[in-house]
Amino acid sequence: MDKVFPGVDEAVADIPDGASVAIAGFFTAGTPIPLIKALASQGAKNLTVICMQMGPGNEDINQLVINKRVKKAICNYPFYRSASRGADSPTEQAVRSGELEMEVCPMGTFSEKLRAAGAGIAAFYTPTGVGTVVETGKEKRKFGKLDYLLELAIKPDYAFVYAYKGDHMGNLQCHKTARNYNPEMAAAAEITIAAVENLVEPGEIEGDMVHIPGIYVQRVVKIDRPTYFPTID
Amino acid sequence: MNVTHKFKGLSRELIALRIANELEDGTYVNLGIGIPTLVSDWIEGRDIVLQAELGMLNTGPLAGKDEVEQDLINASCQPVTELTGSCYFSENESFAMIRGGYMDAAVLGALQVSEKGDLAGWQNPGRGLPDNIGNIGGSMDLAVGAKKVIIAMMHVTNDGQYKIVKECSYPLTARGVVNLIVTDLAVMEVTKKGLLLREVAPGLTAEDVQSVTEPKLIISPELTEIKL
Repeated sequence: MDKVFPGVDEAVADIPDGASVAIAGFFTAGTPIPLIKALASQGAKNLTVICMQMGPGNEDINQLVINKRVKKAICNYPFYRSASRGADSPTEQAVRSGELEMEVCPMGTFSEKLRAAGAGIAAFYTPTGVGTVVETGKEKRKFGKLDYLLELAIKPDYAFVYAYKGDHMGNLQCHKTARNYNPEMAAAAEITIAAVENLVEPGEIEGDMVHIPGIYVQRVVKIDRPTYFPTID
Repeated sequence: MNVTHKFKGLSRELIALRIANELEDGTYVNLGIGIPTLVSDWIEGRDIVLQAELGMLNTGPLAGKDEVEQDLINASCQPVTELTGSCYFSENESFAMIRGGYMDAAVLGALQVSEKGDLAGWQNPGRGLPDNIGNIGGSMDLAVGAKKVIIAMMHVTNDGQYKIVKECSYPLTARGVVNLIVTDLAVMEVTKKGLLLREVAPGLTAEDVQSVTEPKLIISPELTEIKL
């Protein structure tokens, strides 16, 4: 089994208009930036992106908005912290003008929606968000003494994930805090594209050290390590 | 009503120190963005394990310039270091720990806290975004999941508005979750009867604190200066 693609452009080439794409990474850690850049130069429009944030720590996601390619974003910490910097951000401007539809989920609910999709679960009840705007339009149900909200799974068409090491079969090993959303997004999506810093032969990642089993990964592409300097303010 | 005051209260660093003194040894703690992050400066060497919600336990101090690793950051996007016994996991597992009740305490910032312990901390309506859009991040999960929620904040806003209020007017993070509020001026405990004023900043009286607090405070019979 060999899932290796020659480059990022080939790996994202078939993403059609209207596709939903989950993009892993927590601010700067574990974000598959070369895949985002490739998508930004590929032509697909009316995309739904599912990612933690829209710019802070990763300007390249903003580039998709600047290129007017995103119809909807599902996030949990979309904006810069400071209102003054946010006012200049293309994403925040697009949300204010109504050009970009946005749904914000609590961080734990966000990843659980993806985990559920990957595990064949349609929806789940969580206590997070009860009594806040998050409960708007959702079923609320009491279990024991507590109220819970019914949250639906999110099943993306594609996922972009990042790994420190990946083999030809798609087994991935993450590194430190760069693991974050990568395993759940890989499992949730129909087609998962893994950008790996080190491409190795099967067997070179010890079986016990595989964080994302290859069954969840359909495409593997070797990338050079992107470097960037964190700031989210 | 403008409640701008000239009281000399604690610095952000000393608010963090007061909270560090509140944390017990042998506990697991999550620190939010802002003043809460400063708590980590005061617990070095203590038996307290910090969680970074992107997927790390036993998060170490901020990294020096020559220690920066791209794949090793905290939830505020700052490069950090490892400690002996640090471990890593996915963000999903991190929030399973949080909702699962494994965090002994969460220290969070706030825009408003009500006398019933309601917390509003993720969106300032002044920013002009729709009321369901903003940086929720991990705050809602932490607020409902942590065994104890400690708020670290300044007592009033920069433009002299109450932050400790009868009812929150800003979008809520969670209802009835706050246990303790530590500000530059006071330490208050949320009780069923209302806010119990336990400690005041050096040189201040209970009346001073009441004058910048919207709900009526219950004054503890053991009222003391803030313990640092």
